[in-house]
Amino acid sequence: MKKTIITVVGNDTVGIIAKVCTYLADNNVNILDISQTIVQGYFNMMMVTDTSASRKDTGTLSRELSELGDQIGVVIRCQHEDIFNKMHRI
Amino acid sequence: MINIFEVNETNKMIEQENLDVRTITMGISLLDCIDSDLKKLNENIYNKITNCAKNLVETGDKISMEYGIPIVNKRISVTPAALIGGSACHSSEDFVSIARTMDRAAKEVGVNFIGGYSALVSKGMTPAEELLIRSIPRALAETERVCSSVNVGSTKTGINMDAVKLMGEIILETAKASRDEDSLGCAKLVVFCNAPDDNPFMAGAFHGVTEADCIINVGVSGPGVVKTALEQVRGKDFETLCETIKRTAFKVTRVGQLVAQEASKRLGVPFGIVDLSLAPTPAIGDSVAEILEEIGLERAGAPGTTAALALLNDQVKKGGVMASTAVGGLSGAFIPVSEDQGMIDAVNEGALTLEKLEAMTCVCSVGLDMIAVPGDTKASTISGIIADEAAIGMVNQKTTAVRLIPVIGKGVGETVEFGGLLGYAPIMPVNPFSCEAFVERGGRIPAPIHSFKN
Repeated sequence: MKKTIITVVGNDTVGIIAKVCTYLADNNVNILDISQTIVQGYFNMMMVTDTSASRKDTGTLSRELSELGDQIGVVIRCQHEDIFNKMHRI
Repeated sequence: MINIFEVNETNKMIEQENLDVRTITMGISLLDCIDSDLKKLNENIYNKITNCAKNLVETGDKISMEYGIPIVNKRISVTPAALIGGSACHSSEDFVSIARTMDRAAKEVGVNFIGGYSALVSKGMTPAEELLIRSIPRALAETERVCSSVNVGSTKTGINMDAVKLMGEIILETAKASRDEDSLGCAKLVVFCNAPDDNPFMAGAFHGVTEADCIINVGVSGPGVVKTALEQVRGKDFETLCETIKRTAFKVTRVGQLVAQEASKRLGVPFGIVDLSLAPTPAIGDSVAEILEEIGLERAGAPGTTAALALLNDQVKKGGVMASTAVGGLSGAFIPVSEDQGMIDAVNEGALTLEKLEAMTCVCSVGLDMIAVPGDTKASTISGIIADEAAIGMVNQKTTAVRLIPVIGKGVGETVEFGGLLGYAPIMPVNPFSCEAFVERGGRIPAPIHSFKN
């Protein structure tokens, strides 16, 4: 299974999760886990997702999510989980 | 499973602290391109490079996108051209045609630099190697992306003083040949002692003859990440300081290892090494000098600088070694002047001199790097500086290098602008006393006694 970490950071506003989840559902990306906090008024969310059933590759998902983020006014990143595993796990 | 704080830490390094993979460098052997016909040789070189590296840039960009980590440069290093051109090149002009071919191939595959217009003459020079060295000023003036290096000494062989003398003249000629661009040609020319075969960083990268046909080497970076980590341990003792640098270097190097493995897998090319260097850029916060300041110095160059740099260099290696399956290249802290805003400030304020930089090169990972000197500096003086650096490398069994830029038409107090990653530099004063009689002697400085280890 190819796990991808999606992070959303920015000013809190109505409908951030809804819009991101709609995009993911439309692209057949399964959400495995969501954690979310508000740090100093900033919306901070991390999703662990499974993109293996999606027709789009990680690069394309990453670009489109970034564009979606621009529309909502938040920063959305979509990265393969290995960069975090490598850095934080021995 | 990975948590939100770890994810945020990694992304903060990338977004705010300039964490990146500085270069994926593909090393390509040109030994099988050798032909006695110059036209055929050039054809072989072009075909081999463009064939091996055709997917390099695209693959690098894809990895960058998928992992969300910038990969700043995609580059190529090739077998030293003096070895390849030996039987086909009968003049310096013949060698320049190889440089043009390398430049054309680099442009075709989209890499921004190609290294390996090089000669390894640490003990003696063959006629071909001398022809190549004499062709360097023209080769660098006529090409855009070709980088050149010459290894003039090693711990095992001593220092080839004939080559040192010649390189003083060649650096000046290279400066003159590119005078319209503020002597930019010299930024693409490095003189080494103990040059490594697997260095991914320009301008000194070449693909050593001990290497496989084609390999992937990766150079990481991350001075900004180290500096930010050290801000959390201000005033703490050296053990805490060292532990923090080590942990940070480990994390940075793991990213390099990941990228190297991915690139190797996708390109179907064996993984060579990760070079764990702290390579600064002119960007604010991406400076090795600022790390030294964070360690406790008012400015780089203050008393204590050499000690601070020594511990930084050592801890970077200790942290990085465990993070990678194979470490090589230069690995340590680079101290270029023009590419590091903190170094530039230190020079401008009078804290950092050429002599102090020379002391720092005893403990940093390379040498006198990207230093602008007056255009009227004598060739013999440049040779003297090269000899000093080579001696430091030879005796300490480390790589040292000289990348000096005598800026034609400019003097001390003026500034020279190279642009991009090469940055800008104040022109530094050089000791005015002569070493001409020393350089004129000719011959070789023998290897030091501790090189005889058999």
